[in-house]
Order: sequence, then structure tokens, then C-alpha cells
Amino acid sequence: MDSLALPTRADEAYRYADLAALERLWPVAAQEIHVAAGEAGALAITANADAADVREIVITLEDGASFDLRVLNAGQAYGRIAVTATLGKGASFHFGAAQLGGGEQTLEIVTEVRHLAPDAVSRQVVRSVLGGHATGTYLGKVHVARGAIGTDGEQSIRAMLLERTATANARPELEIYADDVKCAHGCAVGELDPMGLFYLQSRGLPPSEAKKLMLHAFIAEAFLGAPEGEALTEAALAALEGLL
Amino acid sequence: MLTINNLHATVADKPILKGLSLSINAGEIHAIMGPNGAGKSTLGYTLGGRPGYEVTGGSVEFDGQDLLALEPHERAAAGLFLGFQYPVEIPGVSNLQFLREALNAQRKGHGEEPLSGAAFIKRAKEQAGLLRFDMDMLKRPVNVGFSGGEKKRAEMVQMGILAPKLAILDETDSGLDIDALRIVGEGINAIMRKPDKAVLLITHYQRLLDYVQPDFVHVLAGGRIVKSGGPELALQLESEGYEAVAA
Repeated sequence: MDSLALPTRADEAYRYADLAALERLWPVAAQEIHVAAGEAGALAITANADAADVREIVITLEDGASFDLRVLNAGQAYGRIAVTATLGKGASFHFGAAQLGGGEQTLEIVTEVRHLAPDAVSRQVVRSVLGGHATGTYLGKVHVARGAIGTDGEQSIRAMLLERTATANARPELEIYADDVKCAHGCAVGELDPMGLFYLQSRGLPPSEAKKLMLHAFIAEAFLGAPEGEALTEAALAALEGLL
Repeated sequence: MLTINNLHATVADKPILKGLSLSINAGEIHAIMGPNGAGKSTLGYTLGGRPGYEVTGGSVEFDGQDLLALEPHERAAAGLFLGFQYPVEIPGVSNLQFLREALNAQRKGHGEEPLSGAAFIKRAKEQAGLLRFDMDMLKRPVNVGFSGGEKKRAEMVQMGILAPKLAILDETDSGLDIDALRIVGEGINAIMRKPDKAVLLITHYQRLLDYVQPDFVHVLAGGRIVKSGGPELALQLESEGYEAVAA
């Protein structure tokens, strides 16, 4: 794809994008991350709180390298994070993201994880909390090349709608050209359990506190095991205040 | 403490409570018994303010306040505790975290300072001890993986920690084995049998009443109280059945 031409809805990766906001930031320079063989790296990203934030991250993991990427996509405006990760033999990629939005906001996470060599592991956990007329999207492709046997790829994608007017799109995709691989994906869009909410309220928690308590655990799953896990969860809960 | 006057309530537009009246004073323990479908659980949920349980007539005064005008959490802060027949599982939320936040939300409603972590743990330990409930289980997510009996005992621990004025206990005896029934019964007495507190026990069976002696027993049928009496009424129901007694 010509990275200088503004994408259209016909581009699968931009089907749900906020194209008007994207146009103002286009073209987007990719952030390149290269992890040498056997090395480990980590990055935590919190989307810009006030302005539209569009990022493209290209990660290359050489043999035996590992990378831990966490994203909090919870600004006030359009937030889009696209990640392409290419995994060498025995490499390990962990991606955890939470996106929280309300109003007319569009939030997107688009990933492509390419298992090019045997025995690499990828884990993706994405949790979205959406209110108002917000749209939250996850498009995630796991590509397993011919010969990449022993691949272990996992996608766990869940969205919680605070109001029926919000929209969640979740599309995990597997493209497998090798035998003997393990690829799992789980995908769910739901609402907070009303009986659980009533139960918590009946013990004295105001509705917003009850919702926050129930969503805390949900969001925290995206940041489990991360070095900045607690700080990210706290920041996510602060963003959640604005939605409840 | 609680005055229910001619209460009418519907669930999904279906009338369930049809003119229920009941008065409970401080220091009293009342039992409501009745056949399946009489409206026992609806009474509990309506008093607790569960969404979908719509009051279409009558009034409820609790400790000088219009109970029906309050949100569920405000009812709790006013001193009402609803023991659930089926306590709800809340994945990922620990009992202790939830109860501390709930208690402090109630205290805030009264203009009181939040309880410190240490003071809260001390209180939780005391109440768990009373119900012979393992403190480690209180660190686990609310009711997740608990057996039926553990859930009911956890409810009573919650009640002990939150220290309500009035407890409405909806079939707290169901799902309990004989030993657990005794522990729960003794827990209810220890926590709630006080001059400034009251209990409304909703139950099918006499057996809980062997441990928690009621001052008054009422028979609920067709959405109304059809008969009231002393503890002997429960025994009469047990031997003769609802149909004979309520007719």
C-alpha cells in the first residue's frame, strides 16, 4: 500500500476509521522497533489525552527475542494504534490493550502478527469499554507462514458496552500455512451483568462505583504481568470516570 | 422501624404484590412463610429496589424515610440489608475490596470518615470468625466458586460487616446443611437480635426458625398477608400445610 495516499473505507484496515480525523494527521510515520536475537524489550503507550492520536508501530523480533507492548487507548478524541509484529524463530510477543471511549469517539486497534519461523509465541489481550455513541474496533490478523511449525498464537478480545448505542467491532483473523500450530481466539461483546450491579448497589455502592468495580477487573486483564501494569490500570480507571 | 402499607408491585407488568401490609418494630424478628409463587422473593426485591420490580401502589416507611423514594444504595446506607436467595457471583472483585468500598460508601452517606484498612480488616475478621468463615475466602472474588452453603454464610459475613438496622433475609436457609444452618442461625442472632435492630426472615420451612425464634409469623399468599400469629403459627403450617392454614 502506498503510505502517502489517504486510505479509504475500501481498505480493510481502515473500514471503521475516523477518516476526517485521520486526514489531518496523514501521513503517519511508522515507529520502528527492532529487537536483536535473544534480547527483550517493552513499551507502554498511553494515547494523547486531548488530541487525536494515530500511531503505527512496526516491530521486528529476531530469533529468540521478546517484546511486551501495552496500550491504553483512552484519549478524548480519535485513537488509532496499528501494530505489525514480525516474529523470528522462538520469538515472543505479548500485546495487551485497553480502549475506553464515549461520546462520538472512534477507537481502533489494528494488529498483524506474522509468525515467519517455528516456535514463536504471540499473545494478544484487548479489552474495550464503550459508552455513548462510541465505536471501538479490533482488527487482528495472525499470519503463520509455511514452515512456522510450533507456532502458538492467541487472541482474547472482549468488549463491554455501557450503552446500547455504542458499537464494538471485533475481527480476529487467522491465516495459517503451516501444520502443527496452536492458534486460539476468543471474542465477546457484552454488557455489565444487571444482577451483579444490583447486588453491589444493594450493599451500598452508588451505581457508578459499582460499575467501576466490575470494570476494574475486566480492564486489568489487558495489563496483567506488565511492568507498568498497575499504573496503566489506574490511568484506565481515571479515564473510566468520564464514561460513567 | 418498617411500615408497609397496602403495597402493590408488578414484575414485567404482572401484579405480584396485591395490597401487602406489615409493620415491624425495632427489636422484633418476623418470619414470612408462604407457598411458591406467593410473592415472597418479590417482596424482598421490591423493598431492596431491584430494577424491574415496579411499585404501583401503597407506601413503605423505613426509619422515618420514604423507602421507595431511595435508590438501592441509599436504602443500604439507610440501614437496610437484603440477603439474596441466590447471591450473585462477581468475577474479579474480591470480597474484602467490595465490602470495604461498600461500607465506606455507606459511611460517606452518613457524613462519617472512611474506616481505615486496619480497622476494616479487624471488623471483617471478627465477623468471619462468628460465621466460621475462612478469611482467605474473603480475599477471593465475590461468591465465585463458592458452594451454596458458603454463599449463604458469606452473605451473613457481609451483613455482620455492614451492620444494618433491618435485615430482610430471602431464603437464607436454602442450600444449607444441618451444621451450616445452625451456624447461620446463630450468626443472625448474634448480629441482629438487638433492641435497635430487626429482621424479616423469608422462608419456606420451619427449620431455620428453630434457631432464630421469630416474634411474629405471617403467611403470604396471593400477594398479601393472609394470616399472622406467633411462633406457633409456623409449627401449625409445618404440620398442616399452607393450604389448610391460609384458607
